[in-house]
Amino acid sequence: MNQPTISLEPMTDQPPSELDAVDEGALPSDAEESGARMVDVGGTEHPSVAALMAAFGSAVKAHTVSAGDQAVVWVEASKNFEILRWLKDDAGQLYNMLSDVTGLDYGAGRAVEVVYQMFSTSHKRSLRVRCKLPLDGLEIDSVVQLWKAADWLEREVYDLFGVTFKGHPDLRRILMPDDYEEGHPLRKDFPLRGRFSRAEQTRRALLQDVERFYQATDLQVGGRPQEVLVPESTTGLEQEEAS
Amino acid sequence: MARRKVELSLGRNPEMGVDGLPTQTPLAPFEIMEPEIDTEKMLINIGPQHPATHGVLRLVCELDGETVVTVTPHIGYLHSSFEKLGEYRTWNQIVPLTDRMDYLAPLIYNCAYVMSVEKLMGIEVTERCRVVRVILMELDRIFGHLLWLGTTAIDVGAFTPFLYAFQERERIYTLHEALTGARITTSATRVGGMMADLPEGWISALVEFLDTFPDTLAEVHHLLTGNQIHIGRTQGVGAIGPEDAINYGLTGPNLRSTGVDYDVRKDQPYYEYETYDFEVPVGKHGDCYDRYLCRMEEMEQSVGILRQAIDRLPSGSINVEDPDISLPSKTDCMSDMESMIHHFKLITEGIPAPEGDCYMAIEGSKGELGMYVVAEEGGTKPVRWRVRPPSFVNLSAIPKLAEGHLVSDLIMINASLDIVLGEIDR
Repeated sequence: MNQPTISLEPMTDQPPSELDAVDEGALPSDAEESGARMVDVGGTEHPSVAALMAAFGSAVKAHTVSAGDQAVVWVEASKNFEILRWLKDDAGQLYNMLSDVTGLDYGAGRAVEVVYQMFSTSHKRSLRVRCKLPLDGLEIDSVVQLWKAADWLEREVYDLFGVTFKGHPDLRRILMPDDYEEGHPLRKDFPLRGRFSRAEQTRRALLQDVERFYQATDLQVGGRPQEVLVPESTTGLEQEEAS
Repeated sequence: MARRKVELSLGRNPEMGVDGLPTQTPLAPFEIMEPEIDTEKMLINIGPQHPATHGVLRLVCELDGETVVTVTPHIGYLHSSFEKLGEYRTWNQIVPLTDRMDYLAPLIYNCAYVMSVEKLMGIEVTERCRVVRVILMELDRIFGHLLWLGTTAIDVGAFTPFLYAFQERERIYTLHEALTGARITTSATRVGGMMADLPEGWISALVEFLDTFPDTLAEVHHLLTGNQIHIGRTQGVGAIGPEDAINYGLTGPNLRSTGVDYDVRKDQPYYEYETYDFEVPVGKHGDCYDRYLCRMEEMEQSVGILRQAIDRLPSGSINVEDPDISLPSKTDCMSDMESMIHHFKLITEGIPAPEGDCYMAIEGSKGELGMYVVAEEGGTKPVRWRVRPPSFVNLSAIPKLAEGHLVSDLIMINASLDIVLGEIDR
């Protein structure tokens, strides 16, 4: 099976050391020093970016213009809720529409990012806010309080990237089964075909507990669901694979 | 106490009415009061295999009698990890994955994906290519809305519109097949252009479709727009206000039915949409009936856009004249050394992208379709390819929309959202 051939080196000249990267992540401040992230866009600068820097100062780590005309801002992950609330409510910003929340993993020990894409229907502007999370602290505040749209989008990021959204009302897996134990599929360290063998995946599928198809509150209302028949012996699968 | 207000008023939204409708006397609003009885709540599981859920969607409903107290959607039954697969494929190899997400309007997905990649790479496609893509996207908007129209009508018991809609869809299938060789899995676009130019006679076949399609639409209007049963099943059902709709992230006709005129084609124009003359239909009540009217009107507007696009369709090359992006012609590959090298390099290595990320939103048939691609310097494969599926976010509002309605209304609300599970589960 092919491993990803995407270039996995961090942006520094130093040879990558996984431990270092895990400890520090790829900090936006590194990029600021090298100047790679900072793009001077002159008079066309996005008004929200300047306003953000004025209002939050050092919490705005870096900014750039991507793909020609798209403003991107890296902000401190611990202040994401505060900053996004300001972007939603401030009269000069009014980003009332949260288009997208997604995760981003470069692999090779680089920080996992959470990306917010916003649009303001009154100012007709869009803005992308990215937060870097170190691999040993994949936690960020939930913004469901601000936009209900974030509910399922954050659940998806949790499901596929393993980022915990603090304060989310119902943080469950959404695309993968609730009892999925192989990890978070969109992380770069997750193999394309999954961690378990085909036989193990089938065995687990056959042994699923019906009650896990329902939430605890559902079971209070509906009582125990009917049992499904599970084949008596599922061990034949391993033997088949071995032979 | 289960209490339900039924209001059958006709002649609403006169600005969107259709001429020649039979006049019907509006019914006076009345209320159905049900006696107060002590009841237990009940748990009903709908799906994942159920004709009314329009795919493998599972809804766990807590019911009080026939009234929905809560509804919990469970998705993921069709999860195919397209986004993960995309990370192992070169930019052009991803195109076939895109039309499998929304197989009801595949060309919109094909176009949206390559538009995002082209924006990331800074590729300017040719004028002809832009107009052709507008034609394809508008054609598939009609295509997607027609499926919605047919299946939704069936959900409220109207069978004839389904046949009419699918007859018209069949003609679009034929157009798909003539252009791409496939009816559903079109894979028509490539980074920097199209798989192939329009075949001979395709435009005249499209014009023929456009000439006759509005007649079918008018017939469906006759069947549904003033139909008392349809009105009774849809008006005031699943209503949501404009602020809530924006907050829940609704887009497309579902948002516009609430009165918000957000349309990506107008608000973040791409492919010179600002130069096309078309209206964005906007509703008032945000209920199932207004969503129906918005989509019906959108189909007519798409016909107008298609006619304008056909008029301005320029001649010239459809692919970018750049050997690093577009494949050379087969004849050149067979006779010319350099062309063969370019072909070989492009197929084996792919197109290198600059470092960066790009979120490109277009107006899909279901709502705002966003494609977010992230690349590293020189990467011929994406680091991350993310699809912002409009139905995913639209469906997440269903607990709010269905609360307090009957189970039969839940079916209607689910149908009116126009979801496709392929893009929800990806």
